[in-house]
Amino acid sequence: MFIPHTDAEREAMLQTIGVTLVEELFKDVPAAHRFPDLNLPPGLTEMEAMAEMQGLAGVNETVRDLVSFLGAGAYNHYIPAAVDAIIRRGEFLTAYTPYQPELSQGTLRAIFDYQSSIAALTGMEACNASHYDGATAVAEAVSMAVANFRGKRTKIVISPALHPHYRATVRTYNPGNAITLVGDSSEVDLESGPEALIPLIDAHTALVVVQYPDFFGRIFDYSALAEATHAAGALLAVAVNPMALGMLTPPGDFGADIVTGEGQPLGIPLSYGGPYLGLFATRKDYVRKMAGRLVGETVDKDGKRAYVLTLTAREQHIRREKATSNICTNQGLIALAATVYLSLLGKGGLKEVSELCYHKAHFAASQIAALPGFELWHQGPFYHEFVVRCPRPVKEINEHLLEHDVLGGYDLGQDYPELKDHMLIAVTEMNSREDIDLLVDVLAEVSDD
Amino acid sequence: MIEPLLCELSVPGRRGVRFPEPDVPRAELPAGLVRQDLPLSELSEVDVIRHFTRLSQLNYSIDTGYYPLGSCTMKYNPKINEETARLPGFANIHPLQPVETIQGAMLLMFELQEMLKEIGGFAGVTLQPAAGAHGELTGVLIIRAYHEARGDSKRTKILIPDSAHGTNPATSAMSGMQVVQLASDARGNVDLEALRAECDDSLAGLMLTNPNTLGLFDENVEEVIRMVHEAGGLVYGDGANMNALLGITRPGDLGFDVLHYNLHKTFSTPHGGGGPGSGPVGVAAHLVDFLPGPIVDIIEEGDDEQPPLYGLVTPAKSIGRVKAFQGHFGMMVRAYTYIRMHGPEGLRKISEYAVLNANYLMARLKDTYTLPYDRTCMHEFVLEGRWADAPDVHALDIAKRLMDYDFHPPTNYFPLIVHEALMIEPTETESKQTLDAFVDALLKIAEEAHTQPETLKEAPHKTPVGRLDEVKAAKELVLCCGVDASFALPDFELS
Repeated sequence: MFIPHTDAEREAMLQTIGVTLVEELFKDVPAAHRFPDLNLPPGLTEMEAMAEMQGLAGVNETVRDLVSFLGAGAYNHYIPAAVDAIIRRGEFLTAYTPYQPELSQGTLRAIFDYQSSIAALTGMEACNASHYDGATAVAEAVSMAVANFRGKRTKIVISPALHPHYRATVRTYNPGNAITLVGDSSEVDLESGPEALIPLIDAHTALVVVQYPDFFGRIFDYSALAEATHAAGALLAVAVNPMALGMLTPPGDFGADIVTGEGQPLGIPLSYGGPYLGLFATRKDYVRKMAGRLVGETVDKDGKRAYVLTLTAREQHIRREKATSNICTNQGLIALAATVYLSLLGKGGLKEVSELCYHKAHFAASQIAALPGFELWHQGPFYHEFVVRCPRPVKEINEHLLEHDVLGGYDLGQDYPELKDHMLIAVTEMNSREDIDLLVDVLAEVSDD
Repeated sequence: MIEPLLCELSVPGRRGVRFPEPDVPRAELPAGLVRQDLPLSELSEVDVIRHFTRLSQLNYSIDTGYYPLGSCTMKYNPKINEETARLPGFANIHPLQPVETIQGAMLLMFELQEMLKEIGGFAGVTLQPAAGAHGELTGVLIIRAYHEARGDSKRTKILIPDSAHGTNPATSAMSGMQVVQLASDARGNVDLEALRAECDDSLAGLMLTNPNTLGLFDENVEEVIRMVHEAGGLVYGDGANMNALLGITRPGDLGFDVLHYNLHKTFSTPHGGGGPGSGPVGVAAHLVDFLPGPIVDIIEEGDDEQPPLYGLVTPAKSIGRVKAFQGHFGMMVRAYTYIRMHGPEGLRKISEYAVLNANYLMARLKDTYTLPYDRTCMHEFVLEGRWADAPDVHALDIAKRLMDYDFHPPTNYFPLIVHEALMIEPTETESKQTLDAFVDALLKIAEEAHTQPETLKEAPHKTPVGRLDEVKAAKELVLCCGVDASFALPDFELS
């Protein structure tokens, strides 16, 4: 299949090596454990493999077969055909990390385009070539902030309205007592705004982390929080949904020092959770503290403009145990997809689709709020996701919705005991008015009138 | 003229994609929270396609040529993988959907866990880690959690051979462990005396790449593992070099406690110009409870009428999740497709031919290039890129000159224990013709090094750009379009 050798070629090669059998090349492997019989099913031809994969895929009910209102960190958006056409090109798809710039100007320039686009979108001055996803980007922001204060500030104030998976990932990355996390262990009321975090910020605080829009879809102006954070000498990290930045004030404008985010809404398929894209941008003062690959502009020996991986002295392959992160492989091809998506939409298109999500979500929220027994949990501004207090357990409602081919919202009681019977509903440009009417009609059947 | 940047192509008012008008009433926008300016480029679809297609043509790639990059396993990436990963039933499912609606995906993940367990000889596998380095982090956090769960919290020392990838020490430090470097012996194995000296009650574990980055299978691997275990430590296997071991030996059988797999190396998922990867982790029975959650398991047994129900479970003493959701599912679909197409015989053939190709190249090159460790190699080997009678020529020059012969250079200046290292990994998917052409180029370059060294020093000559001014890039630090060059950091040092 993928091994081109003929028997004659193999024999000739063995002869050049000076052995008669391939098996002789493995004498260093302990004999007792050499050539195990692997208990795996026999190999398939491409035709058979495709049939098997179609069978497995066909069992799944997709967000296109169903009408989906599920978000909570991964969103169903339209992906223009040109995105996949570009990322499927073998020259991008099968290229290695651009360590040899003379052979990688395509990838390097595309990353530079990516860095430029994300910096513009977030209102920041520099952006790295990506982290794994929205969760690990936050964990890296924590490491960066602690390193920025050389370990002298070890307190992290974290909003309870930051995605539960992101908070969990930060905890996994930081076992033991090296840092202290406060803010999401009932210190503040979930219903309160960002100002509730301010009393937790002190001279030991390295970083304050919030989400924008937050996990519940709420939009807050973080200016006062940024001011209090900076007054204490700490840094502010804001985890964003980049789709929302098509219409909302960028975090750079209200004083964020680090902007992270989940780039999946920018032309990346849901694909059961990955691969996605960890956005990471910062101010120029902190560029050297930022982990991950960076592409910079320079010239070649003839003075021709060219691009290269730069500041590599920060990275693990040079600094080894002194590096602040071990990241090596990142999300290169996914960053390319996001760049193509942003360049196709441009300033007008991103605003258009961002507002489309906003209008549809607000229409859905107003319709659901009018149903007896349902109530909006939050009265202030929100983006394309909102929390509804339900008259029955969310699981029960979702089972009923599924019978009508509707994929309901996220059951918040799983992560927040105080939000038992609360559903997080996401609406995007993919949901038509008919879809929303269907959701409302089926919800009406379960309302407690 | 090389293709301009996106921002330079922008024309105000252009648009590549339009969306429908809202079919619902417009809501009032949130006062004070609406952005005034969105400085993104404005282009038509044709502009975008031409821009990125032209950029792609500036790249080297597996689809266009041969990459002998040591420890990177740049094998051919089968096209069927790209089709299967894009099947709507895989591409369009949400990570938080009820498991009852996605049993096909659950079964695929369960079976992939089982296959990786069987291939590596482990009792449990997590598919969650996003890349090799992320798998390493997961593995070291598991080792740490294991010792702590036993109340053995003084074990904070991780031993790392001097031939290791940079990610190993970086991972250990990131996990709050102390790194101690271990010397290699004259045959490229772990130095047993050096190891013995470090085997005390502060030992948390050893991170071992086997075959190591010299491409050598450690001749004492069982002894090394026994010594670490007797001292109470655990052994982590860096699976970056697993392409040498499929059906050849199982790390779990050799005594490794933890190992990460690189789906983007061994199991053919594309490198994508730097990612995404996927770094599942396998563990021995005593570590299964510490795996990050969730993993896929049977949550309701089946019977004659009903298949079992697969779902997500979190192990009892889990270190927690290492990322959002369940991992790089798209990469899992590709790797599953690849393993299914190969079966046990096909997998063994992969490693046999990867090793055959490496030994063939080594045999043909070792009379011209110094081979510091002259032993049968596994899937890769390391040469020195220097000659006493051509003192001006370095490995870098050889690497750059190879580009003029239409080859990607090998990994160079790594591993650090070889002077002017050229680390060559052919993989199994390269034909004898390609290998012979590569050897011919390297032999010619060796000749040029002695007869016309300036040709090497000035190389490459045929690429879209020549050698770059990397100091300027780091000093002036232009990282975004439109940001002027005054970005330079006053205290910047090249260290």
